[in-house]
Amino acid sequence: MIETSWLLIAFPAFGALVLLAGGRRTDAWGHWLGCATVIASFVYGLILFLSSDGSTQDTTVFSWIPVSDLQVEFGLRIDALSLAFVLLITGVGSLIHIYATGYMADDPGRRRFFGYFNLFVAAMLILVLGNGFVTLYLGWEGVGLASYLLIGWYQNKPAAATAAKKAFVMNRVGDVGLALAIFLMWSHIGSTQYSEVFAGIGQVDQNVVLAIGLLLLLGACGKSGQFPLQAWLPDAMEGPTPVSALIHAATMVTAGVYLVARSSPIYNANPDAQLAVALVGAFTLLLGAIIGCAYDDIKKVLAYSTVSQIGYMMLAVGLGPFGYALGIMHLLTHGFFKAGLFLGAGSVSHGMHGELDIRRMGGLWRKMPITFVTFGLGYLALIGFPFTAGYFSKDAIIAAAFGQEGWRGWVFGGAALLGAGITAFYMTRLVLMTFFGKARWQELKTADGKEYHPHESPPVMTVPMILLAVGSVGAGAFLALGDTLAEWLTPSVGALQESHGGVIGHSLVPFLVVGISAVGVLLAWLFVGRKDVPVERPQQVSAVVRAARADLYGNALNEALFARPGIWLSRALVFVDNRGVDGLVNGLAALLGGSSGRLRRLQTGFVRSYALTMLIGGFALVGALLMVRFG
Amino acid sequence: MDLAQGGPATALGVPSIDVAAVLPLLIVFTAGAVGVLLEAVLPRNQRWPAQVALSLTSVVGAGVALAVYVTGDFESTTTFRAEEASSGALAVDTPALFLWGTLLVLGLLALLLIADRSVEPGGAFVSKAALRGGAAGGTDTLTKEQTFTGMQTEVFPLTLFALGGMMTFCAANDLLTMFIALEVLSLPLYLMCGLARRRRLISQEAAVKYFLLGAFASAFFLYGLGLLYGYAGSVKLADIAVAAQGTDRSDTLLFAGLGLLAIGLLFKGSVGPFHTWTPDVYQGAPTPVTAFMAACTKVAAFGGLLRVLTVSFESTSWEWRSVLSVVAVVSMAIGAILGLTQRDVKRMIAYSSIAHAGFLVVGAMALTEDGLSATLFYLLAYGFTTLAAFGVVSLVRDSSGEATDLSAWAGLAKRSPLVAATFTVLLLALAGIPLTSGFVGKFAVFEAALSDGMAPLVVIALVASAIAAFYYLRVVVLMYFSEPAPDGPAVTVPGVFTTTAIAVGTIATLVLGIVPTFALDWASAGGFVF
Amino acid sequence: MPDTATAASGLGTYLPLVLLLLLSFGFAVFSVTIAPLVGPKRYNRQKLQPYECGIEPSPQPVAGGGRIPVKFYLTGMLFILFDIEMVFLYPYAVAADAVGMFGFIAVTIFIVAITIPYVYEWARGGLEWD
Repeated sequence: MIETSWLLIAFPAFGALVLLAGGRRTDAWGHWLGCATVIASFVYGLILFLSSDGSTQDTTVFSWIPVSDLQVEFGLRIDALSLAFVLLITGVGSLIHIYATGYMADDPGRRRFFGYFNLFVAAMLILVLGNGFVTLYLGWEGVGLASYLLIGWYQNKPAAATAAKKAFVMNRVGDVGLALAIFLMWSHIGSTQYSEVFAGIGQVDQNVVLAIGLLLLLGACGKSGQFPLQAWLPDAMEGPTPVSALIHAATMVTAGVYLVARSSPIYNANPDAQLAVALVGAFTLLLGAIIGCAYDDIKKVLAYSTVSQIGYMMLAVGLGPFGYALGIMHLLTHGFFKAGLFLGAGSVSHGMHGELDIRRMGGLWRKMPITFVTFGLGYLALIGFPFTAGYFSKDAIIAAAFGQEGWRGWVFGGAALLGAGITAFYMTRLVLMTFFGKARWQELKTADGKEYHPHESPPVMTVPMILLAVGSVGAGAFLALGDTLAEWLTPSVGALQESHGGVIGHSLVPFLVVGISAVGVLLAWLFVGRKDVPVERPQQVSAVVRAARADLYGNALNEALFARPGIWLSRALVFVDNRGVDGLVNGLAALLGGSSGRLRRLQTGFVRSYALTMLIGGFALVGALLMVRFG
Repeated sequence: MDLAQGGPATALGVPSIDVAAVLPLLIVFTAGAVGVLLEAVLPRNQRWPAQVALSLTSVVGAGVALAVYVTGDFESTTTFRAEEASSGALAVDTPALFLWGTLLVLGLLALLLIADRSVEPGGAFVSKAALRGGAAGGTDTLTKEQTFTGMQTEVFPLTLFALGGMMTFCAANDLLTMFIALEVLSLPLYLMCGLARRRRLISQEAAVKYFLLGAFASAFFLYGLGLLYGYAGSVKLADIAVAAQGTDRSDTLLFAGLGLLAIGLLFKGSVGPFHTWTPDVYQGAPTPVTAFMAACTKVAAFGGLLRVLTVSFESTSWEWRSVLSVVAVVSMAIGAILGLTQRDVKRMIAYSSIAHAGFLVVGAMALTEDGLSATLFYLLAYGFTTLAAFGVVSLVRDSSGEATDLSAWAGLAKRSPLVAATFTVLLLALAGIPLTSGFVGKFAVFEAALSDGMAPLVVIALVASAIAAFYYLRVVVLMYFSEPAPDGPAVTVPGVFTTTAIAVGTIATLVLGIVPTFALDWASAGGFVF
Repeated sequence: MPDTATAASGLGTYLPLVLLLLLSFGFAVFSVTIAPLVGPKRYNRQKLQPYECGIEPSPQPVAGGGRIPVKFYLTGMLFILFDIEMVFLYPYAVAADAVGMFGFIAVTIFIVAITIPYVYEWARGGLEWD
């Protein structure tokens, strides 16, 4: 079995190749091919899963980059962790592919869309199946590329192009971190394969381990939209909704969590790096939740909710052996309910002529019963309603956070608990404004002046939503009861440890969570449920709301940290290249010749300024060489 | 240099020449000379087919000769040796053979681009070299002479001479041979830059600029050569290495000489701050010539730099490495950041080549086997990619010739999905995205640099490549996500020559990215001999 | 790198060169001073032209209001190229016996290499004035 595991990747890669290279000939059936390849991968993954005991099996496909000492092989690792991801990616992926055949039915580029979609699945599978960091990096860049292409799908929207660019740039910041971490591993351990890196990490200097851990974290932050690189993820919602559901909610953005879980031996070796992961997670989960309260765009709210939920996962994997399995469990359940919520949002917008502003909705539950029910189940799972998926996975994380000793217990536990309350608030607000209350759309026109005619989506869209809703409700119990998932993952990330002690006991946590969530729901009802919602956004708001609407100044921060210095540097260099040297030459000439006529003539002759650049460079080079030697 | 003391009575030692080893060189140079004769004797309408046949056959023939020699039982050796004990003027070792192979393959593809007459009716070259541009700075209306469908076929022998010079340059085992080879490769290039059929003024301006600055750089090289001779009493690379190890002499000459010598080499490789000619010349030269320069000149320049640094200056690497590091950083910064502000595709690729030159310097400074093989591989990979990229640039045209302004590329994917997809692959390779040769090359070079203790430089290189990736992707966005301008350029359907060149370059870019093993094995087959 | 002692004694070898230099300088001074003294003085139109024989350059040089056509430079450059290349034959002629067959082959190749551009130049009209 293991020898043929590359087939998992080959199916969608083949689909992408046929769809992208086949041109218009494949327009008629291309989308079905796109679905079929992903389903084939899912079936094959299921067979692998059933025949596997979760133990680690590496297989080399071919030797990729062999340069004397450096041996990078393209190999796959089948183990509990990668199989769990394979099933999530291909399972949820299949459903969203099917959904997209309906959602994209009217788009002339549907075939190309499925080509990119298959490309994404192939790259994501490479990411999780690779047995070394370089292979992971390959998938990492691949999913980034596919995500970039799909965010910019609606080419005529300038916002889409800007969002794609932003996603790309911020991901590059993270990628540099990941690449550096890989280089560090190679220079200190001599390999980039998982097996050798994890075996050798113990002999490496602690500072280096810390550096590797922090650099990996930077990579994870870029891909998973964690602070300080979170701002691209909500903008990425400019892409079609199936993209948001698959890439920017269920799978790709969780790659950072995968990376940390996969690198568990590295983080276990250095508690400081681990602490950094947990701090980033705790901070981001609050940040995302607070901003999520301020948006009126249904997809943006869900996007910040994703940022926040990934914060939970990061917090969990940052707790080390107490949390790896919990983080992965939340990742899996989140994959179900967030994908379901996004598909629901897509269904709403599909029925509302592309409208995304929840202030223009209301009372939709009558018009879209299936969407309402499935969305509602996803909502319950997200806020952690007892015995839904989120209840098991999120409560476990909060309990583990409170299980830490000293200040960590209070900080992490407190943040996670507070986050749960805010989550309940903004999600309730979202559901109330969308599905309940007055049908505000009745008095409004669409952007192109038509009446709204909300309607239920076709079965090809609703069936995947129903399946995901079932998952949202049931997956948690399935994975959590009897520690099924934790035991399954033990060969990959180590046994799940239960903390004893901590600041608040395990048995108390569920009551606290349910209590604070109930408060959140109640507050949301008080704010938006019992009175009419204004269609226009109120402008007279408190400073807190203003800050939240400004993404808690995340963009401003990124601007100041990355964009501004880059612009300055670029301007300065252009100035030096065009003006500085020429100016120097011209100035010298004017000084020497003293004639304006000569100055004018000189401005056309750039060759001499080029030569001067070379001369200055030459002097500097020779001078520096001599200084190094004799200085 | 001992020859002069002999006097007429003493019989001079006859240099031993390994003809089989240098056969590729001889073939290329002979074909160049025959090409000149063909120009003289053939009537105008027969020159193009004859020149194309001759130059393609000779380059393929040289390749076959090289392959026969390499597959035989060869040893790395030096030839043209005056005495048995000393080393010869040419080193035919595994890096030189690898570089020869690289140059021949890239040269063949460049010749295909040069020979194409379907994209621009009559070819990209002017029909009569003395033609001047319109008074308004290269207006695009063609005069009667310019529309004549013939072309200046001297470009073929010129290309062959340049190619031969590059091959000699890579194998030169003493500085004098290296200098001669530098001139042999440079002079034809200066001429070729001025031969564009359209935009005559900018093309001629490029030629003059390149010539003036090139002469300037050659002077630096020659000065450095003189100082090193003064230091070591020999121009042989190996003798300089021996002299540098003996410590009783003043090192001033050595380091001043190295610095000046390096300027000449860095200029040819368009490494910042000696890059200033690159954007103007790349933009002004006929695009096939730009492709030839960008791919082959870079290979030759870095081949020479690798040999000089490894053979002559290994023992002093501690002193010069920090200085060259700064050069590499400057080059990467200039290439990555100034590339962001470019509005012209050819200039953008020029700045990209400056950034790549910085990465190559990083690799060349790691004087390890890894560094050598990684840099050689990088050169091969980069050559294919950039050559094919310029091939694609030559296809996007409007009524006034090539539409190199970026705005003209908007929405290209709608007009010609295949061309847009090809260009996307090439840009991704330049950006170093995995599964392309650019990634493997960068990866190998950075690993080599890191394991030789240049971690800070690798960090800067990664940041620079992340910045540079942005402007490559900007073009991708432009091609795919923008509405095409109503009067935008059309994509010419290329003839078989250009199609072959672009296809081979693109396929090589992918193959070297997915299964680079064989090429890496060749590149790491052995080190320099001297 | 000769040391100081040998450098000092080595100066003696340059004595003939210095003598030759003095001799040629003396001859030049002598010729210039003696010519106006002993030569006949018959002025005519030809005497006032820039060159006393051959064709009259046209158009006139800068002083005469015209520019020198670029063809002059082209021909001059060709002359220098081939002239200088041919000078390389001189050392071979001196050392022909010492370099033997190898030298002969080398010089033959050299002459062929010079001939090819000459043929090109001739066939493509580089040697024609108009």
